[in-house]
Amino acid sequence: MIPSITQSRRFTSIYNSYLVAFFIFLAAPLIVVAVFSFNDSMFPSFPWGGFTTDWFFSSEGEKTGIFFDSELLGSIGLSAGIAVVTTVLAISVACCNAFLFERFDFPGKAFLYILTLLPLVIPGVLLGVSILVFSSEIANYFEDTWLVELEFLRPGLTLVVIGQFAFITTICTLIIAARLKKFDRTLEEAALNLGASPLMAVFTITIPYLKPAIIGAAIVSFLMSFENFNTTFMLVGSDAPLTVAMFERLREGSTPVLNAISLLLMLGSGVLALINMAMQKKS
Amino acid sequence: MGNLGANARLKLGLWLLLMPLGLWLLLLIILPHFELLIFSITDPEDGAFTFEFYSEFFTEPLYWRTFLRTAVMSILATVLTLIIAFPVSFYIAKMLKGRSKGIVFAMCLIPFWVSELVRTFGWMILLRESGVISNFLQFSGLAAGPVELLYTDATIMLGLVYSSMLFMVVPLVSTLDSLDDSYIEAGYDLGGTNWNVIREIVIPHAVPGIVSGCIIVFMLSLGNYLTPVLLGGKDSLWFTEQIYTQFITRFNWEQGSAFGLMLLLLSSLIVWLGLKATGQSFTKTMG
Repeated sequence: MIPSITQSRRFTSIYNSYLVAFFIFLAAPLIVVAVFSFNDSMFPSFPWGGFTTDWFFSSEGEKTGIFFDSELLGSIGLSAGIAVVTTVLAISVACCNAFLFERFDFPGKAFLYILTLLPLVIPGVLLGVSILVFSSEIANYFEDTWLVELEFLRPGLTLVVIGQFAFITTICTLIIAARLKKFDRTLEEAALNLGASPLMAVFTITIPYLKPAIIGAAIVSFLMSFENFNTTFMLVGSDAPLTVAMFERLREGSTPVLNAISLLLMLGSGVLALINMAMQKKS
Repeated sequence: MGNLGANARLKLGLWLLLMPLGLWLLLLIILPHFELLIFSITDPEDGAFTFEFYSEFFTEPLYWRTFLRTAVMSILATVLTLIIAFPVSFYIAKMLKGRSKGIVFAMCLIPFWVSELVRTFGWMILLRESGVISNFLQFSGLAAGPVELLYTDATIMLGLVYSSMLFMVVPLVSTLDSLDDSYIEAGYDLGGTNWNVIREIVIPHAVPGIVSGCIIVFMLSLGNYLTPVLLGGKDSLWFTEQIYTQFITRFNWEQGSAFGLMLLLLSSLIVWLGLKATGQSFTKTMG
């Protein structure tokens, strides 16, 4: 079972075949999605109609490629916008949280830490509906009492950002706090001794040290937001972000243009994953 | 810079940092769930206290059966994921060293950076009547006609196990990593068989990883929406689907809130039981 203990050949070969089967299982769905994006047919399934790149580059006709599908392109832009705003918000709050939990002691800290972790175990659908109910109640109150219509509290992009921010902040906090924990505080003290103010010390010494974790958290946050479905689906209004738009098309039964967009997503997230892993290694 | 000044500044810093945390937790987590609770026990007509939305849940068989079904299938998915992931995690943590370890581990991680929607779509292409596996079975003579593999409970189970695999592998690898090889060798030196060593040495050491993996996988399965809907079709009967239907399709928010809280209650209960049974703390397991 470990290299220093020899096993029977039968055991080793069974173990190895199991591992191979496992990795085929992991890769199979991704491979077929990629392969069928080049299928010259109206459906992402057999029969194989020959190789084509129409689902990427065809500009008109029934086989409109992804680069000319204005509806899907628009939803990509929307998702990217949501992801950027969510990430900026989540990272800012997460940095504050990390300093709070690593540098301060105060009554109720353990309890607050549990609350901070809570979004990890709340199903995304539930997070979505609870925010939907709460924000609608506030909007109704303002409408009834003050005759003000607070449009941003109704289902729509702002609520989507709020809903995603609610749980992504927890993940960013954990990533940033883990690195802050390893920080050697004598470096900060040295800066203080050299005459820096505490805030200056934090911004010139500690924040640069945290940079790999902040970038890593930002990548994770961007992807989680971009790919989120459960929470987003409960909070969308009339504009559909990418995952919602893809889901609607998937239910209707779609053309291989969905494979094409999926392949692009895979490449995008693959690149981000590799960048993130390289960053982790360097730090 | 007097001592008092530094102290006061520290206090100010504490309050400034507490503010975003407090606002976030209060406005986006605590109050919304509290509002959900209020909604589920208030009569929309006259605002009086009512228990009708919960009694509706218990008296309508469709609702509580879907609830139980979701719970049982999520537990099953968790157990299956653990069984499938364990040998792989052990291999990564104990059999591989250095560079190859990093590469194989990365091979496990990368598929999960891809959107769940894309992965589910891949399974649909593989499993549907005109899909890859059906065609392969016909081609190899194992099946006479097209085989529909979608829209069964087994398909949902497959999708659930697949989509949560990573969340089992990562905690398992990190706990197994910390198990010293010499303990395993000692087990064999004392005459233990593979099974003895796994049961007496490896599994007890891996308990923290097993618990955190199981909790996350269970939560993900319970709260999953895409997999049951897309792979299970119309009859998937998943509880999150019920919540969605009540909120968005029927616009019965009171009933939906009651369902939501039942789901939250169930998940908290199972997480609590899992932690209690194994003596783990929530903060350690999740953090």
